[in-house]
Amino acid sequence: MTAITHLPALLAQTLAITPPTGSEYIRILPELVLSFFGIVIMIVDPLLDEDRSHKSLGAIALIGALAALVSTFFMAQDPGNAFWNMVRVEGFSVFFHALVIAISAVVILASYEYMAVQRIRAGEYYGLILFGTVGMCLMSSAVELVLIFIALEISSISTYILAGFRRREAASSESSLKYFLLGSFATAFFLYGVAMIFGATGSTNIDKIASSLASGSVPMLAYVAMGLMFVGLGFKVASAPFHVWTPDVYEGAPAPIVGLMSTGPKAAAFAVLLRVMFEINAPGRFWLLWVSAALSMTIGNLGALVQDNIKRLLAYSSIAHAGYLLVAFTAQPELGTSAAMFYTVSYAAMNVGAFAVVSHFGNVGEKYVTLEDYAGLGKRYPALAAALTFFLISLIGIPITGGFFAKFYVFSAALQSDLVWLTIIGVLNSAIGAYYYLRVIVMMYMREPRADVPCPPVPAATWLAVAVCLIATFYLGVLPGRVLRKATDAGMGMLHISQNTTPGATVASGQ
Amino acid sequence: MISALNPYILTLVTFIPLAGGLLLMFFPRRDRDIKVFSLVISLLAFVASLHLPVHLGSDPSLFKFEIDKAWIASPNIHYHMGVDGISVWLIVLTTFLTPLCVLISWTSIHERVKEFFILLLILETALIGVFTALDLFLFYFFWEATLIPMALLIGMYGHGRRVYAAVKFFLYTMVASVFMLAAILWLYAKTGSFDFVVLQNAIRAGSVPGFVAAAQWLFLGFFVAFAVKVPLFPLHTWLPDAHVEAPTAGSVLLAGVLLKMGTYGMLRFDLGLFPDQSRSNAPWIIVLALIGIIYGGLVSLVQPNMKKLIAYSSVSHLGFVVLGIFSFNPAGLDGAVFVMLAHGIATGGLFMLAGLLYERRHTYEISDFGGLATPMPKYAASFLFIVLASVGLPMLNGFIGEFLVLSGAFQARPIYGILAATGVIWSACYLLWMYQRVFFGKVRNDVNSTLPDLNTREKAALWPAAAIALLMGVAPLIWLSSIDPAVQSALQPFAQLAAKVVGQ
Repeated sequence: MTAITHLPALLAQTLAITPPTGSEYIRILPELVLSFFGIVIMIVDPLLDEDRSHKSLGAIALIGALAALVSTFFMAQDPGNAFWNMVRVEGFSVFFHALVIAISAVVILASYEYMAVQRIRAGEYYGLILFGTVGMCLMSSAVELVLIFIALEISSISTYILAGFRRREAASSESSLKYFLLGSFATAFFLYGVAMIFGATGSTNIDKIASSLASGSVPMLAYVAMGLMFVGLGFKVASAPFHVWTPDVYEGAPAPIVGLMSTGPKAAAFAVLLRVMFEINAPGRFWLLWVSAALSMTIGNLGALVQDNIKRLLAYSSIAHAGYLLVAFTAQPELGTSAAMFYTVSYAAMNVGAFAVVSHFGNVGEKYVTLEDYAGLGKRYPALAAALTFFLISLIGIPITGGFFAKFYVFSAALQSDLVWLTIIGVLNSAIGAYYYLRVIVMMYMREPRADVPCPPVPAATWLAVAVCLIATFYLGVLPGRVLRKATDAGMGMLHISQNTTPGATVASGQ
Repeated sequence: MISALNPYILTLVTFIPLAGGLLLMFFPRRDRDIKVFSLVISLLAFVASLHLPVHLGSDPSLFKFEIDKAWIASPNIHYHMGVDGISVWLIVLTTFLTPLCVLISWTSIHERVKEFFILLLILETALIGVFTALDLFLFYFFWEATLIPMALLIGMYGHGRRVYAAVKFFLYTMVASVFMLAAILWLYAKTGSFDFVVLQNAIRAGSVPGFVAAAQWLFLGFFVAFAVKVPLFPLHTWLPDAHVEAPTAGSVLLAGVLLKMGTYGMLRFDLGLFPDQSRSNAPWIIVLALIGIIYGGLVSLVQPNMKKLIAYSSVSHLGFVVLGIFSFNPAGLDGAVFVMLAHGIATGGLFMLAGLLYERRHTYEISDFGGLATPMPKYAASFLFIVLASVGLPMLNGFIGEFLVLSGAFQARPIYGILAATGVIWSACYLLWMYQRVFFGKVRNDVNSTLPDLNTREKAALWPAAAIALLMGVAPLIWLSSIDPAVQSALQPFAQLAAKVVGQ
């Protein structure tokens, strides 16, 4: 009865809300394009012969991703808020849109032959990649915590399923289930944090939360809320002490998907973290991030030292890299933001590339993923091994690679914020890190090839994926200026700092 | 006409080898073409590099052929290169040794030939870059860039325990240079510049905030990176492993040029940026250098392996360089730079000679040889010539440098000179004793009696080194006339410091 009596009021309320205008739809154009192509794949999939659908579906997915990439350009033309201030298009969200869509495109390329080799049904696979990308895109442009949560779930649920796609392998199912259970647990923390911040500030809108926290005293509840939200996001970016799932999940999931998981959702989660930590100017974040950064770097690098499985090794390495990235979060916002954004880009370039190579070397059923299997690959695949070497050098952080500048910007931002100890921990860690990446290079070049490891020819699509990553890593390593400037502009815009004011006035305001 | 080249010559010299290496990637795997091409490229780089000393101009203490272009806006990184009287000769040394390395590797590298020469040429670019860079970032960039090609050369083409040696080499130098990076970043954070000249002026003017408190740590950050490369006792343990396992060309560049990166770094950056700290730390550094001289000599004496013997002799010789640098007087520094060059030629030559023997007999053990002078007279003569240059026989290049260093050390403190002088005796002992055991007496091992003597290619690799050793011995002024002014200007803050002390 009551519902009925309230109905007119509700109706009036609904009508009072202005419907979104056309330009607001442009502001979520990439998401729309991706969803459209995802649906097309789902419709086309049952019409095609299962054994031969890999290529056509892959092509549709690739076209979709590229179309979405182009549509970010249109989206960028018209910055502003959309959908009742839930979505914001600015340099920052465009930057991350372009990044995650590019990652998906390269991962689709890398999966192109992989699907046929592993005999995996392609339909849902490509569809899920596109839908997952929708979630990642939304994460970067959402300025409303509830929408961020929904976007987070869209991207997470897709990746949970994708992790289990090698369904004939027990390890893959284990990976999927583990990821799902722990992931849901972590997102619950995030949601709890959202609820608490709503309690503390009366809003779930980033701007309103920021202004509420900036004016007057910060309630205790806000600190707890930030801690809880960090638990949820820390899980997504695989930072210690929320990293435990990473090695098992990465080991079981299909290699191209690991390339995606370790970069795309991670980049999006870092985007959310940047908004939550810096745009809100989260209270009490400094030590939280400091400790997590130091722990991630150390645990990641030490853990990787003893791995014999290359996917596990790269999993620990991704924990370590999350740690380096978090170092940027402890720096002053105007320095740390651009450093962190640059890091996500160059980490994406080198890691997706590395996993593209790993997924080819893995062969049927990903049997060949231990270090022993990599013996002598330098002789059998000179070019592909050289590419992997380049990615590994970049992961170590040696000049002429994007990985070097990424570390460089992060540590110099930290030093300019007077974080000498964290920088020392980071720098020592990157020296330790050199050892295990080097082990892979040593195996490839300084051991004799094993006769029992098959070496099928490298398909063109894989080559293309590797080449894109190679060029990106090299470009970032030689001419990082352009991307860094984009990141700086976007970061300043996100922080509402006009370009003319010189940064440096606020020394790590979180301290 | 040719002076129009001046702003670009350094870029040209630095990147000719890299361009050659990149072209080589697209070559078909026809080994002969690859070798000829590498030789042509490395000779081209050598000829181009000769432009530098010829047109260095009247005042070699200033940086010449400077090019300073903004490379990356933020951070403020410049593509700033320039050479003075010190670095110019190290560049020529690099470009001089590389063609010899190509020649010496002609037949000793059988598989993955293409990769070998690509790595060699990339390494050459990185080495030249280290000596040309005047932007600390650019310097670090090239410094680290030498690591991968060298480690791969050792690990892919080396002997028995090559993997161990390559990884050890890589980690040792990587870990140490990380401290240098931290120091460079600190300087940038405080000054907003990576430019060597800008930083030097800022430090001299005392306008770097917090510098006094941090200077000792910064000095050590740079110093550790350099000391590992030199290598200074007790950080030398990677060197014998790397040398013994490396292919000949790797050893030649390692001993000839790579080690000089360390001493060059001390001279340019430790002395250039931190004169006060250099002086206050000099006593213990000199003690370590002296230990290195004597320890290196004594350990060389007992080596049964020819290559290891030469490797330890490098520890001893580089000890002289460090001693000369930290004597803070013109004679010492002149001598230090001269020993760098002389050691590059002589030890490079020794490694080439050892490599030739290895190609014939697949062993470096001294006890496997004996009486080689009978079957291989030309080889024996060349060997003797290079050994005498290394020992420091007057009229050859080793003598000039060591004499200058010793006289500099005596000026600093007589006891330094006395202790260091024993190093000269040790070097005569271990090298001549080794020579005696390998070449004199009867041929004890029948296999050795039929060993072929030097062929034309091998002569072409060895004799230029011998000729230069002689020229440096009889006409050292060709080199010293440009080294000395540069050294004097490097010593200027020390003279002022001394004047201040005396004035008080």
